[in-house]
Amino acid sequence: MRSIFLKEINSFFSSLIGYLVIGGFLLLLGLMLWIFPDNSILESKFASLDELFNVAPLVLMFLIPAITMRSFAEENQSGTIELLITKPVADWQIILAKFFACLTLVVIAILPTIVYYISIYMLGSPPGNLDSGAIMGSYIGLIFLGSCFVAIGIFSSSLTKNQIVAFIIATFLCFLFQGAFNYTSRIQMFVGTLDDLIQSLGIDFHYGSISRGLVDTRDVIYFLSLSGFFLFLTLLMVERRKW
Amino acid sequence: MSVEVKGLTKYYGEQAALKNISFEVKKGEVLGFLGPNGAGKTTTMKILTCFLTQTSGSASVCGFDVEKDPLQVKKQIGYLPEGNPLYKDMYIKEYLHFVGSIYKVPHLAKRVDEMIQKTGLTPERNKLIGQLSKGYKQRVGLAQAMIHDPQVLILDEPTSGLDPNQLVEIRNLIKELGQEKTIIFSTHIMQEVQAICDRVVIINKGQIVADDSIETLREKVKGFRILFVEFAETVDIARLKALNGIKKVESAGRNKFSIYCDSDKDSRPIVAKFASENALTLLEIRTEMSSVEDVFQKLTQGKN
Repeated sequence: MRSIFLKEINSFFSSLIGYLVIGGFLLLLGLMLWIFPDNSILESKFASLDELFNVAPLVLMFLIPAITMRSFAEENQSGTIELLITKPVADWQIILAKFFACLTLVVIAILPTIVYYISIYMLGSPPGNLDSGAIMGSYIGLIFLGSCFVAIGIFSSSLTKNQIVAFIIATFLCFLFQGAFNYTSRIQMFVGTLDDLIQSLGIDFHYGSISRGLVDTRDVIYFLSLSGFFLFLTLLMVERRKW
Repeated sequence: MSVEVKGLTKYYGEQAALKNISFEVKKGEVLGFLGPNGAGKTTTMKILTCFLTQTSGSASVCGFDVEKDPLQVKKQIGYLPEGNPLYKDMYIKEYLHFVGSIYKVPHLAKRVDEMIQKTGLTPERNKLIGQLSKGYKQRVGLAQAMIHDPQVLILDEPTSGLDPNQLVEIRNLIKELGQEKTIIFSTHIMQEVQAICDRVVIINKGQIVADDSIETLREKVKGFRILFVEFAETVDIARLKALNGIKKVESAGRNKFSIYCDSDKDSRPIVAKFASENALTLLEIRTEMSSVEDVFQKLTQGKN
């Protein structure tokens, strides 16, 4: 499992993908947070990183499918999946190796934003006048959100031989779980009856709650089970050859 | 027994790919797996390598059952899948290193160099796999199959698409390996079987139609003898056909003929007499054994 993990990480950085993803992520965030006036941190009156954590999920919604779209689709396409499966590793080990490799890349892309934290920390008046607890929570939430998106992306990739199809399915599913439940809950017929339940199915709800700095076990369980659920579906897809 | 297959059956939906096939391969044996396209060769190999699961029946490799103990089975096997899939964006060494590390091969760096040398990859060893020619890719495929020194090698069409020189080299490599390993390999090329194998299993439409050594197989099928004849002058093929005891005549080039006659009769005197009576110059006359190709055709076409 370790060798597959390392191979995947290597393939990110020996091709352009790794650099493009990290560069693209940081460039987009940088522009939105510091340059474009609409949600620029410098324009706001408070020393806060809230904007980062509002914008990042939207960027990840497109970037993570771009990272994960290769994982199985390319192997299905070129037939190398047969090589991998006939090696002495279990199917779930292959899936986990790919999952953690993609997640590692996401974490590597997120890490440099700590510079933003330090900048805001210094810019505050007096310096350090910001809610560090909430920011910690938000980072944890962001990584959990990333892990759900990665699991969704890997699942989408296992459905097809075509990377573009994998990308589109993954983006759609990410959007569905990120925002669509939230929007659905506001439809008139659900308001006051099922809206809480529907809202709590979406990632946004739990991400928002963890961002307040309170790491609730219910949220953690939600993120872990959503990732687990999609990884399990991936396992079913990889084993469908045996049906 | 290195490989044991018992009553193996595989259905793809409604369609039967394998119907109750059984065979065994002894340790150190080189088994040629022959059959027309779609006969079930690849399916059998995929089941043996735990990529697919059978509908019924059982298969085991070195005593490990493919269903109950897939990880052990996979450790014993070196596998070259059909079409030789490879990661084109990896370097040869990197790739072999990767495969070796999955098998936890000890002294891996040394082993990788050894495999590169053994498969004749040395002149290309610093290239990306995607840049290699087909023959060299095939060697990389073989090298990754052998890196962990497996007991059993399963090679699905290892020589398809190679040029004649590469063909000979890869065949020699397989032959050399066959001295210490159990090898199952599939092919359409009959000469290959003659050149490499100890034993042949011919499979057609999911059933085994022959399982013998090449010599016995030939004996079994031999119903006729072929005479190859060449004249200096033009000869009407109809006149040859009219000769006594001759079943069929085929033109085999300019003034050359393949004459099929009963195996228990020697027709050479008849042809020689025919030549002298008609004042023809007989340049060549020789008996050809029926080849594995004939055997193959007879076994796989006769039952349509």
